[in-house]
Amino acid sequence: MLSAKAKTQFGNFLFVAPYLFVFAWLLVWPLMSGMGLSLFKADLFGGATFVGFENYARLMSDPVFLQAVGNTFLFVLLCVPPLAIIPLLLALLLNRSTRTAAFFRGVFFSSSVLSVTIVTLIWRMVLIPDGGFVANILAVFGLPPIPFFSDPGIVMGSMAIITVWWCLGLPMMLYLSALQQVPQDIYEAAALDNSRWWTTLTRITLPSISRTVVLVVIMQCVLQFQLFGQPQLITQGGPNGASRPIVLFIFEVGFRRWDIGYAAAASQILFAIILLVTLGQYLLSRKRTGDA
Amino acid sequence: MSALDIRNVTKAYGPTTVLDDISLRAESNEFIAFLGPSGCGKTTLLRMVAGLETVDSGQIHIGGQRIDELAPGERGVAMVFQHYALYPHMTIRENMAFGLKNIKISKTEIDARIAEAARILEIEPFLDKKPGQLSGGQKQRVAIGRAIVKKPDIFLFDEPLSNLDAALRMRTRLELAQLRRRLKATMILVTHDQVEAMTLADRIVVMYGRKIQQVGTPMEIYGQPANRFVASFVGSPPMNFMPVTVTGTPSVVTLRDGTVLTTAIANLPESASWELGLRPENVRVNDTGVSAKVEFVERLGERALIYARLSDGTAITAEDVGLSRLTIGDEVHLSIDAQAAHLFDADGRGYHAEAA
Repeated sequence: MLSAKAKTQFGNFLFVAPYLFVFAWLLVWPLMSGMGLSLFKADLFGGATFVGFENYARLMSDPVFLQAVGNTFLFVLLCVPPLAIIPLLLALLLNRSTRTAAFFRGVFFSSSVLSVTIVTLIWRMVLIPDGGFVANILAVFGLPPIPFFSDPGIVMGSMAIITVWWCLGLPMMLYLSALQQVPQDIYEAAALDNSRWWTTLTRITLPSISRTVVLVVIMQCVLQFQLFGQPQLITQGGPNGASRPIVLFIFEVGFRRWDIGYAAAASQILFAIILLVTLGQYLLSRKRTGDA
Repeated sequence: MSALDIRNVTKAYGPTTVLDDISLRAESNEFIAFLGPSGCGKTTLLRMVAGLETVDSGQIHIGGQRIDELAPGERGVAMVFQHYALYPHMTIRENMAFGLKNIKISKTEIDARIAEAARILEIEPFLDKKPGQLSGGQKQRVAIGRAIVKKPDIFLFDEPLSNLDAALRMRTRLELAQLRRRLKATMILVTHDQVEAMTLADRIVVMYGRKIQQVGTPMEIYGQPANRFVASFVGSPPMNFMPVTVTGTPSVVTLRDGTVLTTAIANLPESASWELGLRPENVRVNDTGVSAKVEFVERLGERALIYARLSDGTAITAEDVGLSRLTIGDEVHLSIDAQAAHLFDADGRGYHAEAA
């Protein structure tokens, strides 16, 4: 006989069971099988041989992979700070109830609804040295075109510009909703406390929305470590691998060379990187905000 | 020179006028209460003094200096907000120091002022806590402390007690009265609670319908209400109003049921109609007097309120002793103290006995 409490608990479990099943089937199982797969030398269409950690050892000495890791970190460093700051500035400017503000909120959010294909098409037209928008403007001033996609030193910067333009809508909305949660009377108290614009921003506004800032930074790190579509569609990782991020490496190894064990191992490393960075930020932000 | 001088101030939101040609003076060290129902503009007027609302026309002066064009922080006022408005991420000490740091007051001076305010308000144990760790009453003290340390010319209180439970509200009210004695500063309190206004203020400003209805000491407001609104708003339970005809001087009036009362009010002007105003404490259940039928009895312990109807159907509230045995449907006699009665003319203007 089940006790009444156990019966209730079983009833509760039934409610979450469908979700748990799908979660386990589509997320936990692939993650686990990916981890398992990374220990095999496996072909997409052939058999698999257990090789232990050899795939990981190979990755550590694979210059293409190491370059991809470097590229990805560079991209995240170029992308995430602007994606944390620019949407914040926009939100501060647009956090008012005028029609103009509503219009511009729409404008700045609109880029987010575009697919990566459209985004890269637009930006190719803007940045391409041969008759692109920027090149035309430079030509007016008699300046040579900038090789946005063919200079290894510039190409990741170009990817970052495209990505910031594409992705700033959602953080802006998150900041706006956070700003609207801050009680208005705190600002009135600050005005009576002789607080100037800058003091109010740094001592009142930012501390009040600090959780959202952390959320935006973590979210953008997780997203931008998974960079794929932009370089895949514009440069295919070139020139000379300078714009190949980890996900593109995984894609090429897995679906061009069919070496899925090796690709799975690279995926696990990306997973570990994202997990570590996220955890690190979370712990750091908890420490800084203290016990509040 | 007045501490606060509001001159012909008007305020409108779009087509809706909320304050219409308001003028008011407060003397130094005076405690003024703005009293009125919700939406009468009392909070708007306070916020205009604070600089949180603009003034459409008119001027506001503090200590002889025109301040309605200055920024809120430059007016020499400190405000205690209804919801406290403490900075949630700062400690209590930082909350109190914030405004002083912004005007570059030395650290030793800031520390001294915080220590003094914390001692007066007994909030020393909380100085290094954050607002979220404090109870409502403690937050209220901190909010007052944040105002005290600024040493303002005028303290502005926006319904400071309305968020507290009944017991705490009473204690805080008492503390506010004591604080006021100690600080010797000009204070303005906005409230819709007449008890707060009556117990705390030197003078009450009764506001209603975009206008000031009456300015006076609590007993003037209670004893000689300028008009029907003030008479009905101040006093709990509210004053009884009964249509009467004036039939002699000094004013003899006749109720609709035929009862003739002799009031002490002299020199009444002409008016199309008259209403008699009687506070329930001046209508008592007795062995003789006007007959009425009990409709409801409210037992408050030390007294009972009897809601009754006269024979002509006029509603009247009377008082009886706390141990009243009356029940619904009983026939009673009410003795009316006509000497304490008020009369209101067709425009609502009040007339009172000279001595009242």
